[in-house]
Amino acid sequence: MGALIELKNIGYSYHNLAGETGAIKDVSFQVEEGEFVALVGPSGCGKSTLLSIIAGLLAPETGTIVVNNPDGSLHYPRIGYMLQHDHLFEWRTIYQNVTLGPEIHHSLTKERIGYVKQLLSDYGLESFQNKRPSELSGGMKQRAALIRTLALDPQLLLLDEPFSALDYQTRLMVSADICRLIRKAGKTMIIVTHDLSEAISLADKVYVLSARPATIKAVLPIHLTLPDESLLAARNAPEFPYYFKQLWEELTDETTK
Amino acid sequence: MKPQNKQILTIQEQYLRQHKSHHRQISFLRFFLLGIFLLLWEVSADLGWIDSFFFSSPHRVILCLGELWAERSLPLHIGITLLETILSFLLVFLVSLLLSTLLWFSRQLSEVLEPYLVLLNSLPKSALAPLFIVWLGTGINTIIIAGISVAVFGSIISFYTAFHQVDPEKEILIRTLGGSRRDIFFKVVLPGSIPTLLSTTKVNIGLSLVGVIIGEFLAARQGLGYLIIYGSQVFQLDMVISSILLLCIIAMLLYLLTQSLEHYSKKHRS
Repeated sequence: MGALIELKNIGYSYHNLAGETGAIKDVSFQVEEGEFVALVGPSGCGKSTLLSIIAGLLAPETGTIVVNNPDGSLHYPRIGYMLQHDHLFEWRTIYQNVTLGPEIHHSLTKERIGYVKQLLSDYGLESFQNKRPSELSGGMKQRAALIRTLALDPQLLLLDEPFSALDYQTRLMVSADICRLIRKAGKTMIIVTHDLSEAISLADKVYVLSARPATIKAVLPIHLTLPDESLLAARNAPEFPYYFKQLWEELTDETTK
Repeated sequence: MKPQNKQILTIQEQYLRQHKSHHRQISFLRFFLLGIFLLLWEVSADLGWIDSFFFSSPHRVILCLGELWAERSLPLHIGITLLETILSFLLVFLVSLLLSTLLWFSRQLSEVLEPYLVLLNSLPKSALAPLFIVWLGTGINTIIIAGISVAVFGSIISFYTAFHQVDPEKEILIRTLGGSRRDIFFKVVLPGSIPTLLSTTKVNIGLSLVGVIIGEFLAARQGLGYLIIYGSQVFQLDMVISSILLLCIIAMLLYLLTQSLEHYSKKHRS
């Protein structure tokens, strides 16, 4: 497997009348196809900015992004982005919400509809497709938001603290559940989070970012021995506390500096 | 004998009953207040506490309306005022929707025009009416323009503000799905602003009526505004007061119309 996407010396700063604020400085890393990468860092360190750059919403001021498509083509990988809130529109039904992407792309073909309907039934939302978002639980809304993201069949999924609006218990369940579904769909994922246990339990590799302007400070590959098949298995793995301690030290180092 | 379970009410039924009786009480008191007002008015006019030449009285109002009806001019006056109000209201809605959309699409244009909109919005529009007459002559066009001028600037500002209050993260969502600025407008901004558009509409219909009456004061041969001015000039205060009462009824009907529109849209949306 090759690197799907490779960031080389990416830099970005925000400008206002008071001056320039460096958000990201000289960030380089690559993401293999099918890999789950977590970015952790002190709050306000520019993690979201980095995701926006990868998503193509912001143009980097310095550096390049190299794309290596498995089929050798040069197009930018199709990207799905999950934001902090589900942002399902109350004036649309669940079905109309999840087909928003294809609707914008004018690609609501029969196959696409079939695919979306399959996802709806796989994720247990079939009987809710004509309901409004407010009638769904928090976990179901996150699933609907995932289907909306997957409906365009993205190669790379970007998650920007996607579960932070949920209460703690729901969050544990939903984050594990959503990531299991993404892994099953065979996607590549970059998740931004400030929750260390979430990063360890979900990712194959954790990048620790420094305080602003963010650079990559440490890389931690995660290998967990899973005791069982449950959603919370990763958090019960014997290596979990070790990784947690390591990340904790890297970050405390960064915030007390 | 039948069991008397009719007398035993569940707490829910008691609640519903209470709710209903509360509403009945409010409606009754509203009509009661109106009745008392009319009765006092009539009595004080009849007993000479007030001069009915200046203050009219309910029965003189009815006589006056009957006379106007007999002349076949009453439906015409009401119809003209209603028509002008509804036309200017519809035009206000259309113009402000188009302009606020344009302003949303062009940040530069909105920055340039902002002080002018604020200025035009706070300008007393009745000051413009004499100009409209000179430019456009007397007639329905002038009156509709007067009606529009009162409501349109505030309406543009409200629409534009509503467009800008849409959650920026929702706009980002559309962009992450590959949408253009046009998609952002039609998929998020416009549908998300409908409640504000409707509540602005409620205000606008009243303002249009104000503008139309100002216009009719100055430039009309028909309509309730004309009746008020004509009546005051020939000292037929019965006619003035009758027209004002008719205006009250029209204002209320228009309000009820917009309210049911809002109600319908709320029901439709959820």
